[in-house]
Amino acid sequence: MAKEFKAPKNIKYVGFCPGCGHSIFVRLMQEVLEEKGYLDKNVCVVGVGCSANVHGDNVYGDNKMECHHGRPPVAGNGMKRVRPDVFVWTYQGDGDAYAIGMGETILAAEQGFPISVFVINNCNYGMTGGQMAPTTLHGQVTTTTTKGRADYPINVMPLIQSIDNVAFAARATVTSPAEIRKLKKYIEKAVDLQMNEGKYSFVEIVSPCPTNWHKSPVDSCKWIDEEVTKVFPLGVFKG
Amino acid sequence: MKELWKGNHAFGEAAARAGCKLYVGYPITPQSEVVEYMSDRMPELDRVFIQSESELISIMTCFGAGLSGYPVMTSSSGVGISLMQEGITACFNKGIPVLIVNVNRTGTGMGGGPGFSGSQDDYGRETNGGGNGYYRNLVYIPDSIQEAIDMIYNNWPIAFKYRNPMVLYTEGRLAQMMEAVEFPEFREIVAADWGMTGEAKLDPEFGPHRGDYGKYARKIAKMEEECQDWEDYMLDDAETVVVAVGLCSRVCRGAINALRKEGVKIGMLRPKAAWPFPRKGFEALPDTVKRIICVENSDGAQMLKDVVFAMKQVKALNTIPVYSKPNHGLLPNKVLKEYFQNVINGNEKEVG
Repeated sequence: MAKEFKAPKNIKYVGFCPGCGHSIFVRLMQEVLEEKGYLDKNVCVVGVGCSANVHGDNVYGDNKMECHHGRPPVAGNGMKRVRPDVFVWTYQGDGDAYAIGMGETILAAEQGFPISVFVINNCNYGMTGGQMAPTTLHGQVTTTTTKGRADYPINVMPLIQSIDNVAFAARATVTSPAEIRKLKKYIEKAVDLQMNEGKYSFVEIVSPCPTNWHKSPVDSCKWIDEEVTKVFPLGVFKG
Repeated sequence: MKELWKGNHAFGEAAARAGCKLYVGYPITPQSEVVEYMSDRMPELDRVFIQSESELISIMTCFGAGLSGYPVMTSSSGVGISLMQEGITACFNKGIPVLIVNVNRTGTGMGGGPGFSGSQDDYGRETNGGGNGYYRNLVYIPDSIQEAIDMIYNNWPIAFKYRNPMVLYTEGRLAQMMEAVEFPEFREIVAADWGMTGEAKLDPEFGPHRGDYGKYARKIAKMEEECQDWEDYMLDDAETVVVAVGLCSRVCRGAINALRKEGVKIGMLRPKAAWPFPRKGFEALPDTVKRIICVENSDGAQMLKDVVFAMKQVKALNTIPVYSKPNHGLLPNKVLKEYFQNVINGNEKEVG
C-alpha cells in the first residue's frame, strides 16, 4: 500500500522557484518541528534574501521574525535570552550569513549563542537576481562577474569548526533522497542540542539555484555533486 | 530618603525598577557607566545583561528580545547611536517599545574630545527619526537626574501604549554628574500580550502582513496630539519667553531668576518631550508675550525650527519675533542674562 506524504500543517504554500533547494529545507524543518512538538514553540529568524520568501503568512504564522540583512543570529539571541523555553533558529542565505552578516555569524559561534543557525548556500545572491556572493566559485559567471569570478570563495566551516563553543557543525545538500535524509538528521540534532543542552549548532545546506545558475534543476544538482562539493565538502565537521 | 547617584548609574537603576528584562550595551564615552552598572545589576536581579560587540548588535539584540513583548533597553552616544539607526527604524516598523538612552557627546564624526561633556547636537536626528522611512521616536529630555529617573519609569508605559521606540535624550554632563535622587518601587516585569511566544499566531498591529501602511502615519499623528509634555516656568505675565531643553534649560532658569529679581517679565517654556513638540504649550502662552528666545547647546540652531513651526500653528504668535542662541557648549547664566537683556533692549537681531 502506498504511503501518503502529508505536508506539515504549518505550510500553506512555498513561493520558491522550481528546482530550488530552499523549499526542501523549509519542508524538512517543519517536519522536524512537528515531530518534536515545537510547532507552537519556535521562533524562526529570517534574514534578507530568498529565505525572506517565507514572509507573509504563507509558511507558519507569526512565529517568524523578519530581520534586517545579516542580523538574525543576534536578534535570535535576544529572543532566546528572554524566552529560553522557545526553540530559536535562524534561516539565512550565504550572502546574509557570510557577507553583510559575517560578523554576526562568527560572533554567534564564538559566544555560543544558545540558538541553531541554518544557512542556505547557493553560491550567489538569489533574490536580487544572481550577483556574486562570498561563496561564488572561482570562474563562476554571475551578473556582477560576467567574465567569471577572478578570486576565490570562502569556506567558513574550518573556522566554525575551530571554535570551542560550537556544539555541532555540518554541511549537507539536497541533491538526492540520501542527502535529504542526512540533512533531516542534522536538523534533528541541532534541535536536540539547543533544547536539551542550550548549545549552538551550525548547519549549511548547499542548495541548487536553477534560475540564477541558468541550468535545469537536474543539471544544477549535477553541478553541485561534481563541482560545488569539491569546494564545500559535505559531512559532519564537529559534534 | 534621597541618595547621591551618578546619572549613568541612575538611568540603569530606573530602567531596572521600571521592569526592564534585558539590557544590552557597548562601551562608549560618556555613557560607559550604564554598561558597567547593568553588568552587575541585571544578573543580581536575575535578568539578562549582554555586552555586545557593536551598537548595531545592541539594537538588533533589542529588536529580537523586544519582539517578545518584554521591556528591553540599550544605551550609547554619538557614533554609537548613528550605528543603531537601521535597528531603530526596524523597531519602529515592528512596534517595539525599546528604551534607548542617548548620552550626547559633541559634534559630527567621532565627536568627543573636549566635547565629552556633551551637547544637544543630536537633537535634529533624535526628533526626526534618523533611519529610513517616515517615523518618529518618543524623545524625552530631562533637566536633572531625578527627572531622568521619572521619565524612564513613568513614560516607558506610554511607549508601550503606542508601541513606539522611546529615547531618553541627555547630555554627557548630566550622565557624569551626581545628584540627590529618590527611586520609585520595583515594577513587576510583564510581557505585552502582542509579544511572540513561539506560537503560530499573527501580531494584529505590526505583524508581517502587508497592506495598511497608513497605520504608521496615523499612529504618529495620534502621538503628536496625545503625548506632548512640557513645563511652564514663570509664564503667567511673561513678555519674554525662553524655550530651552535639558541642562541648557537649567542655565536659562538661573538667568531668568536673576532677571525676575530685577523686575523683568521673563519666563520659560521647557519641552520635556522634544518629539512630539509641545505645540499646546505655545497655544497656552499668555497674550502678554512679545518675543520668544530659543537657546540651544548645539553648534547650530536645530530646535529653532520646531519652535518656529509651533508658533506658525498658533495664530496669536504669527507676528511675534523669534531670537536664536545656539552655542557650542553650555553658556554661563550671566552670559545668558546679558543676552536676554540685550534682546529685550532691542540690541539683537531676530531670526528671518
